[in-house]
Amino acid sequence: MAYLEVQNLNKSFGKTEVLKGIDLSVEKGEVLSIIGSSGSGKTTLLRCMNFLEFADSGKMILDGETLIDGDSVKKESENELRKKRLNFGLVFQSFNLFPQYSVLKNLTLAPTLLLKERFKEYKKTEKDGQKRKEWLAAEKKAINDDCLALLDRVGLTEKANSYPCELSGGQSQRVAIARALALKPKILCFDEPTSALDPELTGEVLKVIKGLKNKDTTMIIVTHEMGFAKSVSDKVIFMADGIVEEEGTPKEVFGATKSEKLKAFLSNVTDKEGE
Amino acid sequence: MSFELINSKLLVGFGTTCLLFLLTLVLSLPLGLLIMFGLKCPFKPIKWLCNVFVWAIRGTPLMLQLFVVFYVPSMLFGLRIFSFTSTTVFDGRFIAALITFVINYACYFSVIFRGGVDNISRGQFEAGKVLGMTKSQIFFKVILLQVIKTVIPPVSNEVITLVKDTSLARVISVAEIFFINETEILTKAIVWPLFYIGVFFLLFVGLLTVLFNYIEKKLSYFKA
Ligand SMILES: Nc1ncnc2c1ncn2[C@@H]1O[C@H](COP(=O)(O)OP(=O)(O)O)[C@@H](O)[C@H]1O
Ligand SMILES: [Mg+2]
Repeated sequence: MAYLEVQNLNKSFGKTEVLKGIDLSVEKGEVLSIIGSSGSGKTTLLRCMNFLEFADSGKMILDGETLIDGDSVKKESENELRKKRLNFGLVFQSFNLFPQYSVLKNLTLAPTLLLKERFKEYKKTEKDGQKRKEWLAAEKKAINDDCLALLDRVGLTEKANSYPCELSGGQSQRVAIARALALKPKILCFDEPTSALDPELTGEVLKVIKGLKNKDTTMIIVTHEMGFAKSVSDKVIFMADGIVEEEGTPKEVFGATKSEKLKAFLSNVTDKEGE
Repeated sequence: MSFELINSKLLVGFGTTCLLFLLTLVLSLPLGLLIMFGLKCPFKPIKWLCNVFVWAIRGTPLMLQLFVVFYVPSMLFGLRIFSFTSTTVFDGRFIAALITFVINYACYFSVIFRGGVDNISRGQFEAGKVLGMTKSQIFFKVILLQVIKTVIPPVSNEVITLVKDTSLARVISVAEIFFINETEILTKAIVWPLFYIGVFFLLFVGLLTVLFNYIEKKLSYFKA
């Protein structure tokens, strides 16, 4: 069994079937790209995997743990969902940084809130007030150092104390990527991370994503950048009308295209890129 | 009526007006937040109830509400909740006026707050969720300050209206600033108390305007 397995996932909005039995698998450290025309269900798929939407049926198993089983998620408590969400990170098309916090605080906020929960647990075992204080200070420092290291990784160390309104789109998206990484998700998802950017800013973001690729980082990337998908992916799937129309290595999908729909899609995209 | 007497009555009136204003503000803002949660409650009966309540309060004159709160309990049930005789500032009349103002303003604030929350993009809630925050963490750590920023202008309008609305408390004989002997002033044609009162309101509102401008400036470092 692969690291992440999605089996026969279905999702409808009212009468519109958006996902019609999606199957996919990703190994640890792999990069999976999802391509497909707009409206084919890519965003919905990522949102179901992040529990922002609830799948109607199907399965999702991550690292041996069953996260989705039929419509189980619909009955789960907010707290269970929250724990499940922490397995995944999601980078949105529109960044969604928190405007009132500095760049660094955007990164540290969620880990610090989780630290509060861990501190409650720790307090049960440690009664010594002085030790508690030291523990908390050390943990806070660790979060801060982690986040500074992440900012360095996305090349924005000097922006740590800036506010989101002072950043360019490319910088905002790099902060959003660092923010998602701060929680050390098992799988990092991207939903068209460069679609909201001016063309001259997409390069810096794609470069950062490429730089993340290593044996421990597993990524699922929805993208319209075919060149990028070709070079960064271990595996590509092409979605059309809520099903996986074609899948394989970048070589197979882009080099030896089988499906007519994918051929049409690719020629359409390359036409546009040529313009 | 001597200058001293009118003057001291006016000063007491100022005090009562200020107290009524401050207490109303301090109590109606959190209550407004609470009603806002009711207006947005996914549980339909609560949502419906809150909507009807807000509609009733916003749809009837404040003066009527003052009469209802003060007189109806005793008229219908013979209950003397609010003692009719003045002893201290916190007498029954004052309490009745305060309750009425708090409820009335909380309803107006709740609608403003709802608009503020609805204005926050869905992405902010979702970013919080994806980062493993609880609903209350998302509200208090992510959403609230953005809502405060967007509602400052409409809230400041309401607050300035409140300063002036306090004078309505006179209809249930709360000894606020206008509660001076009208006939005496009129028959003797004493004009200065009216100026006095006018200046008081202008200064009060001026101070609030400065305060709200300050808050707006403090929050201008980010774009909600
Ligand atoms: N919340 C929703 N309610 C109703 N329909 C939706 C909703 N979200 C997405 N859809 C529909 O699902 C289809 C797939 O959308 P989406 O997953 O965003 O596609 P993609 O990301 O591939 O462009 C579209 O037809 C869209 O209108
Ligand atoms: Mg999409």
